[in-house]
Amino acid sequence: MSNILEIKDLVVSYGGIEAVKGIDLSIEEGKIVTLIGANGAGKSTTLKTIAGLVKPKNASILFEGQEILGKTPDQIVSMGITLVPEGRRVFPNLTVKENLRIGAYLRKDNLTEDMDYVYSLFPRLKEREWQLAGTLSGGEQQMLAVGRALMAKPKLIMMDEPSLGLAPLVVKGIFDIIRTINEAGITVLLIEQNANMALKTAHWGYVMETGRITMQGTGMELYENEQIKEAYLGKSK
Amino acid sequence: MGKTLQNRQENKLRYLPAIIALSVLYIVLLLLDNVLPANTFTLMLIPVLRKGAIYSLVCVSMNLLNGFTGLFSLGQAGFMLIGAYVYAIFSIPADQHAAVYQYFEGGAIQFSIPEMLGNVLGTNAGNFLGAIICIIIAGAVAAVFAALIGIPVLRLKSDYLAIATLGFAEILRAVFQWNGLGAITNGSNLLRKYTTFTDMNLQLGSITIKLHSLFPFLIAMLSILFIVLLINSTYGRAFKAIRDDEVAAEAMGINLFRHKMYAFIVSSFFAGVGGALLAMFQTTIQAAAFKTAMTYEILLMVVIGGIGSVSGSCIAAFLYIACSEWWLRFLDSGSFLGITVPFFRDGFRKVVFSVIIMVIVLFFSRGIMGDKELSFRGLISKLQKKSKKKEEADNG
Repeated sequence: MSNILEIKDLVVSYGGIEAVKGIDLSIEEGKIVTLIGANGAGKSTTLKTIAGLVKPKNASILFEGQEILGKTPDQIVSMGITLVPEGRRVFPNLTVKENLRIGAYLRKDNLTEDMDYVYSLFPRLKEREWQLAGTLSGGEQQMLAVGRALMAKPKLIMMDEPSLGLAPLVVKGIFDIIRTINEAGITVLLIEQNANMALKTAHWGYVMETGRITMQGTGMELYENEQIKEAYLGKSK
Repeated sequence: MGKTLQNRQENKLRYLPAIIALSVLYIVLLLLDNVLPANTFTLMLIPVLRKGAIYSLVCVSMNLLNGFTGLFSLGQAGFMLIGAYVYAIFSIPADQHAAVYQYFEGGAIQFSIPEMLGNVLGTNAGNFLGAIICIIIAGAVAAVFAALIGIPVLRLKSDYLAIATLGFAEILRAVFQWNGLGAITNGSNLLRKYTTFTDMNLQLGSITIKLHSLFPFLIAMLSILFIVLLINSTYGRAFKAIRDDEVAAEAMGINLFRHKMYAFIVSSFFAGVGGALLAMFQTTIQAAAFKTAMTYEILLMVVIGGIGSVSGSCIAAFLYIACSEWWLRFLDSGSFLGITVPFFRDGFRKVVFSVIIMVIVLFFSRGIMGDKELSFRGLISKLQKKSKKKEEADNG
């Protein structure tokens, strides 16, 4: 299978500080790829750059063989890349239904089918269709954020720490959903601090440290790697 | 099948109470203008209603920006100024130019749209259509200015945006008062003699029906209706998304700058329309009156009504105008219930008014309506609940 996304030599700097110092990253179509690393490693910056929210200093980002560098966020969304932002960021004063419809903002076609698909993934959202998103629990908001991103009919969905601040049981549910989405043919790029769950779910993993990629391998390989166990999985020496 | 039919009928009935209420309102306005005698009561009531309608529109247009798109803009008075001037300039009759522009040799623009139409269609129809055309031009010019100013200003956020728009409104006021533009704006002198509300009449054979109060209500209502439809459209949803979370909205593919621009232009268009109506209401205008205080007054109404509530803005506008122009007048008269009180002098009503506003802001911190809308359905269901409770209380 071919690579859906190919990043070469990505450098991003905020002011004088380089947050990402030249990384290469490729994502195979139809796979779950995870990017793990500590705080400040540059994971979120990488995602934001792909989504067009941050302008890189230097890079080549090919999506399905097409250069997306310099394109605006809305063009990138309509090409088929959506971002589930860190910390959920649902629109609190809009209803669940309105949130989902915003997700499909750039689409002109009929939404009923996709709405039903999202509701079948998250029956809880169907129950709360008319509720304001701000009144949902953290887990439900995360479901909504994922559902909202799915409404854009993406080919690649990027998730920035979907497990942040959620109870272990809810996190398990979210990862189940990630697998379900992936089985439906959507490529997933997952950023996580919860390396344990992420590596178990992902087909391929990258480890990022202070702006550089230091290791890569299949999810299981990394999961069993001693160094990673020490650094991210909390195994004592 | 049967269910959808029922739903459809229900949907039709949904607007029935609103339509009835509006018809009643319009009949009352017609009666006020044509049948009822002019006495102290109607002499106060009519201007308050007209001004209330105008301010409702201006408040709703400000609310579109501040309440629905989350752009804290304070340029409203500036756009109203543009609207008022454009309206007046294009509707001063040709033979009045010499009198109005007496210091500028009759001014540069020598035609009047209502008059030109009047020559073809008859005076009344000409005035009516001419006024509407001038109002639309007024809005359009305000919108063009908004588009130009929006390019640099809308890249700013929150307080900075407020400062920039406020400054722009002040600059505009100075420019309109500048003698160099006197041939068009009449410098710092008054513009007058243009088409006003009292020119709005309907000729049916030998009977003349006055539309003096109906006209501002009609224009304001149509404009507010447009804004409400916009808010409930896909664009409106995008505006609210930007208000709630800019980053997430951008990640969803909403072009922030373009949508902010849309909201800014539409809001300014209707501020311009409101300015034109205000010019018609006041019969004379002067740039000096469109101060920042005017923007603050409008902002106050929006806050009292509830940021993010269209009906709240309208209710607050009428209440505010009624209080400041009419209901508190007795406080200035020097005596209260027959007792002469020394500090009940001119201006005392403003002191009381400020206190009332403070109380409102303290006890209704989210405004009268919050971000809810007034609907007949909501009112009816609330009344039903109340009566049910009462029944239960009576039974138990």
